[in-house]
Amino acid sequence: MSKDILVFVEIKDGGIHSVSLELLGKAKELSRGNVVAVIIGENAKQNAKTSIKYGASKAFYFDTKEYITLVYTKAVVYAIKKIRPEIVLFGATHVGRDLAPRVSVRVSVGLTADCTGLEMKEDGTLLMTRPTFGGSLMATIISPNARPQMATVRKGVMEKALFNENLFGDIEEIYLEIDERDKRVEIIETVKKEKIKSIDEEDTLIVGGRGIKNDAMYKKLFELAALLNGGVGVSRALVEEHIAPYERQIGQTGKTVRPSLYISFGVSGAIQHITGMEKSKKIIALNNDKNAPIFKFADLGIVSSLEKVIPLLIDKIKKGRK
Amino acid sequence: MKIAVCIKQVPNVSDIDIDEKGHICRAGVVSVFNEDDRHALEEALKIKDALGFTVVAISMGPMQAETILREAMAYGADEAILISDKRLAGADTYATARALSCAVKKIEADIVFTGRQASDGDTAQVGPSIAEFLDFPQVTYVEKIEIENENTFVVTRETEDGMQKVRLSSPCLFTVLSGHNKVRYMGAGYSKDITFWNIDDLGITEEQAGIKGSPTRVYKTYTNKTGTKCEVIETSAEEASDIIYSELIKHMVIKD
Repeated sequence: MSKDILVFVEIKDGGIHSVSLELLGKAKELSRGNVVAVIIGENAKQNAKTSIKYGASKAFYFDTKEYITLVYTKAVVYAIKKIRPEIVLFGATHVGRDLAPRVSVRVSVGLTADCTGLEMKEDGTLLMTRPTFGGSLMATIISPNARPQMATVRKGVMEKALFNENLFGDIEEIYLEIDERDKRVEIIETVKKEKIKSIDEEDTLIVGGRGIKNDAMYKKLFELAALLNGGVGVSRALVEEHIAPYERQIGQTGKTVRPSLYISFGVSGAIQHITGMEKSKKIIALNNDKNAPIFKFADLGIVSSLEKVIPLLIDKIKKGRK
Repeated sequence: MKIAVCIKQVPNVSDIDIDEKGHICRAGVVSVFNEDDRHALEEALKIKDALGFTVVAISMGPMQAETILREAMAYGADEAILISDKRLAGADTYATARALSCAVKKIEADIVFTGRQASDGDTAQVGPSIAEFLDFPQVTYVEKIEIENENTFVVTRETEDGMQKVRLSSPCLFTVLSGHNKVRYMGAGYSKDITFWNIDDLGITEEQAGIKGSPTRVYKTYTNKTGTKCEVIETSAEEASDIIYSELIKHMVIKD
C-alpha cells in the first residue's frame, strides 16, 4: 500500500465539479504521500491536466460519455489497483453516492457517507466525521484494518484547492475492456433543468420556513432577495408543503450553505436545518415565536410579525435606493 | 418472477431532540417505516399489479421491526422476512448489504427495491452495495418506472441538475425517492405469517456478520448542536424592519 490519496474528480458541464476541487484541497492537506486524481467522462484528458494545476501530482483519465455506474466503477477500481492508495475520496453528489458504494464493495472495504470533517491521525487512520440522526448527532467513523479508507464528502464544507499554473505532474490514460455486462443500463436521454444559481453559491440568502404560509409570502422572499442580489433558500417544511422545490432546501437532506449573510423568516430551526446552515458567517433570524430553537444558533434574533416585516423591509430598501 | 423490497424501521428523526447537556433524548421517539422505503414498496407493488409478480418484503433489525413488515403485507406484499440475530448487531452498511444480498439470493428475486436512504443514517449506501454483492445493475434516485415488457423497464431518475431516462432489464436493483408516487392505503394482510431468519439461514458466518463483518467502526459520537442564546429582540414590525435594514447596510448588502 502506498501513502497516496486517490480523489475521484467528477466532471460537470465539461469541467471539474466544485466538490472535486474541494476534495483536491483537502487531500493535499491530509496527504502523507501524493494526491492522485482519477477522471472519467467527457474531456477527461483536458480535465486531468487541469487537476494537476489544482494540486494532483498524477492523474488517471478515461474518456467516455455520460455517467454509467458500471463503467465508472471499473475505471476507479483500475486506478485503486494501480496505486494502492491509503485513502479514496468521492464527492457526495448523485454520481458519487451512486458510484462509491459499488467501488467499495468491489474492493471489499468500508465506506463512510456524506462526511463533513476529515482528519488524519499520526498512524494514518482517517477520522471521518458525519452528521447522523437527521444531524442531531455527529459520528466519527474509522476503518481500522481495511485499506483503502473510503469516504464520500459533502459539497461546500472543505476549502477549494487553488489553481496554480506552475504545478506539474503526470497524466496516464486508463485502458479498460468494457463488455456488454458493463452496459446493462442504457441511457435514453438526459435532461437538464433550467439552470438556476444553486443556493450554495449565494453570498446572501433569504430563507423561509414554516412561517411562510403561502405562495404569495414565498414570492415576497424572492422580491427581497433580488433587491439584495441574493438567493432564496427554504427549510424542509416548505418543500413538504409543496410551496418550494427541493433544490432550495437547506439542511441534512438538502444543501449545505455558508453565505456571508443568512436571514431567515419563520424558520423554527430544527436540527436538520441547522446542520445545513450553521457555518454561515452572520445569521439573523426572525420568527413569531420567541422560543424558536433557531435563536440558539443566530447572531441576532428578532421576534416580530414576519407577515408585516417582509413588506416593510422591501419598501425601505426601495425607498433607500431613490 | 419475484421482487424483493428491502425496508428499514427507523426512529422518527424529527422527534429527536437534544437536551441542554447535548444528549440525544430518545424517550418517546417512535419507530416508523422509513419513508423512502415506503415509496420503494409502492413502486414494487405497481409492477406486481401490472405483471403479477410476487413481492417479498425483507427487513434486517430487532424483533420489533416485525411491525413494518406487517405494514408492508397490509400494503400488498405477499410475503415478509425478518432477519434478526444478535450476531448481526453493529453491522455497518457493508455487512448489512452482505446479509440482505444473501437473503435476496436465497429467495431468488429478480428485482430488488430499496429506498434511496434511511432517515436515521442517511448514507444511501446499502442499495448500491447490495447490487454489487449480487452483480446486478442498479438505478438510483428513481422517480418513475415504466414497464416495457416482462423484464425490461424504462426508468426516470433524478440527477444533480435534472433527470435522466434509462432502460434496463432484470435482474436489477432500484433505489427509490420519496414523493414521486402516491402510497396506497393499507388493506388486509397485517396478520399474515412472517418468516424469521438468522445468519445460519443466510449461510453467512459470524465473521461476516455484525460488527465482526464490518470494515468500519464508530470511533466516537458527539453533539455540537446545543447552541447558545443570542440576543433576541421582541419588537414591532416597524422597528424589526429598521433593525434588519441597518444590518444590511452594515454588511454592505445595500448602500446607505
